Amino acid sequence: MSKLEHHGTYTPTSGVGKWIDARMPLPRLMYDSFVAYPVPRNLNYAYTFGGILSIFLVIQIVTGIVLAMHYVPDATKAFDSVEHIMRDVNSGWLMRYMHQNGAHFFFLAVYLHIFRGLYYGSYKAPRELLWILGCIIYLLMMATAFMGYVLPWGQMSFWGATVITGFFTAFPVIGVPIQELLLGGFAVGDPTLNRFFSLHYLLPFMIAGVVILHVWALHVTGQTNPTGIEVKSKTDTVPFTPYATIKDAFALILFLALYAYFVFYMPNFLGHADNYIPADPMVTPAHIVPEWYFLPFYAILRAITFDIGPITAKLGGVIAMFSAVLVLFVVPWLDTSKVRSAVYRPWYKLAFWLFVINSVFLGWLGSQPAEGVYVALAQLSTAIYFGFFLIVMPVLGLVEKPRRLPNSITEAVLERSAKTGGGSPQLGDATASADKS
Amino acid sequence: MSDANSDDDWPPQIERRDFLFVSTGMMAAVGTAVAVWPFIDAMNPSADVQALATTEVDLEPIAAGQRITVIWRSQPVFIERRTPEQVAQAKADDDSPDLIDPATDASRVKSEEWLVVVGVCTHLGCVPLGQREGDERGEWGGWFCPCHGSHYDTSGRIRRGPAPRNLVVPPYELRDDGTVLIG
Ligand code: HEM
Ligand code: FES
Repeated sequence: MSKLEHHGTYTPTSGVGKWIDARMPLPRLMYDSFVAYPVPRNLNYAYTFGGILSIFLVIQIVTGIVLAMHYVPDATKAFDSVEHIMRDVNSGWLMRYMHQNGAHFFFLAVYLHIFRGLYYGSYKAPRELLWILGCIIYLLMMATAFMGYVLPWGQMSFWGATVITGFFTAFPVIGVPIQELLLGGFAVGDPTLNRFFSLHYLLPFMIAGVVILHVWALHVTGQTNPTGIEVKSKTDTVPFTPYATIKDAFALILFLALYAYFVFYMPNFLGHADNYIPADPMVTPAHIVPEWYFLPFYAILRAITFDIGPITAKLGGVIAMFSAVLVLFVVPWLDTSKVRSAVYRPWYKLAFWLFVINSVFLGWLGSQPAEGVYVALAQLSTAIYFGFFLIVMPVLGLVEKPRRLPNSITEAVLERSAKTGGGSPQLGDATASADKS
Repeated sequence: MSDANSDDDWPPQIERRDFLFVSTGMMAAVGTAVAVWPFIDAMNPSADVQALATTEVDLEPIAAGQRITVIWRSQPVFIERRTPEQVAQAKADDDSPDLIDPATDASRVKSEEWLVVVGVCTHLGCVPLGQREGDERGEWGGWFCPCHGSHYDTSGRIRRGPAPRNLVVPPYELRDDGTVLIG
């Protein structure tokens, strides 16, 4: 697929390097993937979140392993062990706050990464598998964060777990046995906490595995770019190192600075005060609110307040909520447009931004009580959410008249720099790009 | 085997080898399922969790109109000694059209005075309010679930909100010595 043969530029110089290269060419693989690997020359900062995400996976794993050395997954000791981490363990507060806020920033990055994909049409052929692997990572992240949130065994941990595993009771006949299987009891309790810890330790490593597949798929098809036009010649690309490396590093530093501000100055801003109250199975907190990254889905769950034929409101809510995530998997086949990037699709661009605003609005609704006008608004907002995927995407692709596409990435870049008078024109390259392969 | 593709062999015969293939495959599938089951079953409630599955409570000290919460299978159970007014209201509502999960009051109690229900909202499992002094009890004077706004009446029946079913009546036995055995 990739237009450019980029293998074989690695030449080991040292004796050891040659010896390894002849036996297991891992350094060669790394060199070809992260140094010589050609990336489109016009990538913008929206393309830096992939790198940021990998770093956050590492942060979560490293802080998590240290936390696990002090944490006790026992219903009578878990809460105290987290307080012990916070007060007694050397740098324990830092490990925990990095882990807790790391989860928030991990999700912030993944949402920006997904929105980037939706805007630039990154899911379109031939990148469907790449997109689906990303959706799997997102699902695994949600499961990991949900189970991690149960571990400190505060009120929100306990009742969040109760409500979420309660989803399964919506299914007739098999629902309750499934819930008991998940909980290891009739209600959330010690067995639940133990298995959640076991799985919370396991899933991040599964995520790491899927990330490797995701990057592999990426390196087969190559990256998209803001124009959505495939790379056609060598002048369309620059080597990953130093160009993408530096850009990724700069974005990472800005992102880490914001993260550090939260970790050091407002570590509990994104959390819930109720989670500092030990879990009490007899008393439900007045407002159960999930973490912000689940709020849009929580709003969709609660928006279904009516029965649809044999489907009760409760089952309907659960189905709608799961569908809201699963619809992402079929996006490559919902979008019928021949043009990839929203830059050349005026109507899609508008629809996309409305979708973003609507998603944030849904999240806000998820944090409000499910009463009165909020219910109607959540229903409207849910309809818009699904409407974007199921109606706008297929229909717009057929009726929209896209803007004229440039012939190549290089042409697009040069057109732009000619207009703004900035950048280096690189005239030699421009002539080379004239051969439209 | 060289004549495997020759025309004389068409249509292909079902041979002993095909039979062996299919039966081996089936044995492998059954074997895998049998081997996987213990791993899944290990996640089910264990023997000690099951063993705690009955609770005995003394009803003597409970006054009329009083509600207590006891623990059964690590879940709250609400026991209420209902006043005659509450019973009358519950009965009067037996054919009310707004019952989401229709049931008569008589079918939900063993003795009119005592209401015993699992204190777990049938929506997503929160513990409804109404057990403590000053708690909100919802529009029908029973229980109110704050999580997503379900209202239950004095018989523990769902009247409004997202919960699909009435509060569950656990298996229990009112004994002559004034105790109740739940489970
Ligand atoms: C995908 C990566 C991960 C995510 C998104 C994640 C998320 C979370 C979240 C949201 C919490 C609750 C924090 C709180 O409110 O206190 C948590 C707690 C915890 N996590 Fe992770 N985690 C990840 C990886 C790991 C790994 C690899 C380990 C290693 C064993 C780990 C060990 C722990 C422990 C011991 C706790 C309980 C202590 C605490 O609450 O701070 N985590 N995790
Ligand atoms: S859990 Fe009671 S209303 Fe949702």
